[in-house]
Amino acid sequence: MTSRRLTMRTPEGIVFSWPLAGPVSRMLALLIDMACIGTALLLVQRVISIFQVVSADWATGIAVILYFALQIGYGIAFEWLWRGQTIGKRVLGIRVIDGEGLRLTPGQVVLRNVLRAVDSMPAFYAVGGIACTVTRHTQRLGDLAANTVVVRHQQAATPELSETLRLRYNSLRQWPHLCARLRQRSTPEEAGAALDAILRREELDAQPRLELFDHLARHFQNKVEFPAEALDGLSGEQYVRDVVQVLFEASAKG
Amino acid sequence: MIIDLERFFVSNRPTWQEMEKLLDRIECGDRPTYTDARRLHYLYERTSADLARLSTFAAESDAGAYLSALVGRAYAEIYETRRRKARFSPVPWFFGEFPRTFRRHVGAFGLAVAITIGGCGFGSFALAIDTDAKHVLMPFPGLEGDPGERVHKEEAGPNQKLRGHRSTFSAELMTHNIRVAFFTLALGVTWGVGSVLMLFYNGVILGAVAFDYARAGYTMFLLGWLMPHGVIEIPAILVAGQASFVLAGALLGRGDRRPRRERLRNATSSIVTLAGGAAVMLVWAGIVESFISQYHRPVLPYEAKIAFGFVELVLLTAFLAYSGRKDEAQ
Repeated sequence: MTSRRLTMRTPEGIVFSWPLAGPVSRMLALLIDMACIGTALLLVQRVISIFQVVSADWATGIAVILYFALQIGYGIAFEWLWRGQTIGKRVLGIRVIDGEGLRLTPGQVVLRNVLRAVDSMPAFYAVGGIACTVTRHTQRLGDLAANTVVVRHQQAATPELSETLRLRYNSLRQWPHLCARLRQRSTPEEAGAALDAILRREELDAQPRLELFDHLARHFQNKVEFPAEALDGLSGEQYVRDVVQVLFEASAKG
Repeated sequence: MIIDLERFFVSNRPTWQEMEKLLDRIECGDRPTYTDARRLHYLYERTSADLARLSTFAAESDAGAYLSALVGRAYAEIYETRRRKARFSPVPWFFGEFPRTFRRHVGAFGLAVAITIGGCGFGSFALAIDTDAKHVLMPFPGLEGDPGERVHKEEAGPNQKLRGHRSTFSAELMTHNIRVAFFTLALGVTWGVGSVLMLFYNGVILGAVAFDYARAGYTMFLLGWLMPHGVIEIPAILVAGQASFVLAGALLGRGDRRPRRERLRNATSSIVTLAGGAAVMLVWAGIVESFISQYHRPVLPYEAKIAFGFVELVLLTAFLAYSGRKDEAQ
């Protein structure tokens, strides 16, 4: 099953997207948050008990207010300070963002947290859970009202070129005019599929891996026919790897 | 077009990293200068173009995800048009923003009042024609009994159960009432149906209690008991109802042709302001209910309690009607 995404198109026509967080990851984040709130409540209880000796009435009154503030304020404070994340959401790698891809405002954070009162009805977030599964962007009622969505947080590192493309000897390079023809006749989709196959080859079992690369090798051999000595001793996978290097390294020299 | 990925990464990585640093600064709360804003826009356009070029390569998913996330972050900063408040100031917010928002949506408040009055009427009428309905209309131990017995008990001396627990009782009242107010607000998401039921039910209880005590000849006790905190508590719940109708109105969009998301975007600030204002009012009501309302004659004469409630009501009305008008005119 392909995961659902929130896709945005900028006025410049650029399309970007975020993968949406599923109900299960959101539920797990909620459980972690509930555990955090429970721990904080215990701590408050311990600290307040010290002040019981001064005034039991005042200490209990303050404890009641702090319990309430923790339950209501936990989500609001963390989501605002950590830009859409609570402890649970951070552990699960998910984040609340504005439904239009804009900046999350304090009003949105407060509203989606206040509406938990309805989402948690009648028990165990049943209303919110059902809403998450039936809405297009996996939104509970609080998200719908506040116009927010919960996405999987993409903490991507600056990309580096795959080591696959930094290969040593490539027999195909000895025929630069054929390499040029190969680049000319290959579509970006074909090039992408070959690169994808190379990058994910370790995920495949032996037999499907063999069959896939033989199939791809035949496909590229039909586009441009290299001399027999260029292919001598090359397996289908090695041939596809050389093809990928030729396609993605315009600067490659034979 | 097949791009030379190595050259693509090497030549563009400094641009992406510069934009990442600039975004980190802005997201941390640094207000960007004019030069920063122009630079960000330039970097955003370049990175967007890089993303468009790379999007032809499904295989380069890591780089695609990186650029997508980066463009998403910059988009949020560049296309956000809502004013970012430098710092939240509670006093100007409560004495300015809250009453102004209240007046802007006074129609929704009127609707909440009308529904509650309707509930009061129904509660009084139901109890007038069927005395046995008391247990159904007011299923609370403190209200089910005979009003006369309650009055004699209260007037016999201060409630001993509350002795030494008034602060706790006050805190419990505050938190409970704020929960009720927030729940009423949250019911606005049911297109207002839940809010109508909630406000009507509150009205039914209030009407039935008022009728029960008035019929038994204890109107003074009732006013002295309810007015000190009720003149703040009941309007606070009505303000929460008002917020819920603002939310419901944004969801329904009757007479408003803007998309639902835009309507909700515009309403969010008002809803949250009204909810916050109601919460502050309920803090005051909780203190008054615990420390004043629970004392009856002879400790506190009913006339004094009613006068106190009346003064509160006048001040609340003046506050909601006039506070923050100066800035409104500006």
